[in-house]
Amino acid sequence: MMAGLSLPGPTVIGLDPLYTGGVGLAEVLITLLKVGVAFALLMVAVMLMIWFERKVISDMQNRIGPNLAGPFGILQTLADGIKLFFKEDLIPEQSDRLVFKLAPYLSLVPAFLVFAVVPVGGDFSGGNGRVSLFGHETFLQVADPPVGILLVLAMSSVAVYGVMLAGWSSGSKYPLLASVRASAQMVSYEAALGLSLAAVLLKSGSLSTNQIVAEQSVWNWNLWVTWVVPMVIFLIAATAELNRPPFDLVEAEQELVGGFHTEYSSIRFALFYLAEFMNMITMSAIVVTLFLGGPNGPDFTSVGWLSGVLWFFAKLMLFLFSFVWLRATLPRFRYDQLMDLGWKLLIPLSLGWLLVLASYDVAGDRGWNRAAAVIVALAIMAALASLLALALRAARQRRELDPQGEFV
Amino acid sequence: METAVFIVCAAIVLAGALGVVLARNAVHAALSLVGTLFGMAVLFLNLEAHFLAAVQIIVYAGAIVVLFLFVIMLLGVDRLEDLSVEPITGQRVLAAIVGLGTFGLAVVFLLTSDIGARSVGTLTRDITDIGQYSNLRQIADVLFTDYVYAFEATAALLTISVVGAVVMSRRMARGDEAQEAAEDD
Repeated sequence: MMAGLSLPGPTVIGLDPLYTGGVGLAEVLITLLKVGVAFALLMVAVMLMIWFERKVISDMQNRIGPNLAGPFGILQTLADGIKLFFKEDLIPEQSDRLVFKLAPYLSLVPAFLVFAVVPVGGDFSGGNGRVSLFGHETFLQVADPPVGILLVLAMSSVAVYGVMLAGWSSGSKYPLLASVRASAQMVSYEAALGLSLAAVLLKSGSLSTNQIVAEQSVWNWNLWVTWVVPMVIFLIAATAELNRPPFDLVEAEQELVGGFHTEYSSIRFALFYLAEFMNMITMSAIVVTLFLGGPNGPDFTSVGWLSGVLWFFAKLMLFLFSFVWLRATLPRFRYDQLMDLGWKLLIPLSLGWLLVLASYDVAGDRGWNRAAAVIVALAIMAALASLLALALRAARQRRELDPQGEFV
Repeated sequence: METAVFIVCAAIVLAGALGVVLARNAVHAALSLVGTLFGMAVLFLNLEAHFLAAVQIIVYAGAIVVLFLFVIMLLGVDRLEDLSVEPITGQRVLAAIVGLGTFGLAVVFLLTSDIGARSVGTLTRDITDIGQYSNLRQIADVLFTDYVYAFEATAALLTISVVGAVVMSRRMARGDEAQEAAEDD
């Protein structure tokens, strides 16, 4: 039994050095500790994030915001959570009870699982990200599966179910409309998300998040290795995937009441709320891992692992603040604008950029002139872009001339 | 360990499959299908086919069943249907014959092949050095060398079917409107 355990163990959980010497009690306990810490960290982070968003947005709107519960109102989220927990749990008459109860968990669990593959610390400049925990070498991440970053894509596609089923099972008109709209948005932007990610994979040559971070050590960040564009696309697609403003059509109050979770109350609503903010944190963590080198940065402390954690946290805050800033600044997109941006700009652009990056690499391998290869690739991209623009203009003109489609 | 995972996952896969067939509500059937797909993904993991497992979830659970649900919700076929009437005559008899035939073929294949003699360990032993020679690299190697024509043909087929779907949906709309216009005259 132990021999069978040691064979699939290491490769299923990942390439973590913790498991190379077989799995015993100590390894299991360390893994459980890591899971517990990650869980607690996320919960506290969500609590603080909700408070942070409310405080920052009130500052930007010239008001005070929560200030009663605890110092600076920092316990406001806790108070809200306790209140929601003790409120009456309503299940609408027309709802599909089983699916109605299932949906919040389908939103929440993927948000948790994504965080498991994020390396939050470790010395990547020379130590390959390993830290010593109770005398055992390990990574500062819960798991490092060989398919690492694909797990993120898989979980974000599973998260669609939460939104979709919540809207459908409510047995009510507005949630259904909102959930159809939301899932169309999330499915569309997943394509742009995956394609911009391909640029990172091309440069890193690995799916494992630990490997991707190690490749970026110390200043070799993918932000400039992939020439900025993939990160911009990824950020826009991630914002849409999270249903954050300016892409928050999911809860357009004027059109859809409260969005897909209109009929939810009490603790089930709290779960959706939790999942939304947790997704924001994990997605920011993924951007930091993929494009900003994760815990990479010059070591300014004497303790090896601390500097990495601090760098990671600083980079994370940058994105969390940006999300709040976006919400305070930008008005909501119209639905057709949202779809146009995704399908007609982001997806073609990320495909084209993959072509440019690949041509640069291939030219290097074959000993061709790299500049020439990139210029040719850019020319092909420009030609295709103008073809696409022509096709779009022709379609628009025809629609304007003949709105009913009678004389086509 | 592998056996235990296999038993649990096989139970999930079978329960999901039964749910797809037996659920009266179309949405419940689609959700059972998701359960089956997840069970299959874990079975792939058990065989150390990590990439396949991830793709199984991203493509099947994340895209295809979401589209199923989309169609179910938009067409409003999520109400209980009258199952006493057979939509196409002879459909059920035919389905039973084909199903039993497939099952029989699978049983015959399992009994005659030597796949049971080989253990999982020997099948996956040569890819223990995952960092050097990962699933992804193996699949890419085969896909872009031995099967490159099949791969490109599949890509072309998918593109053609997308274009075809767009063209057909436009034609239909035009035909309907032309008919309506003729009726108005």
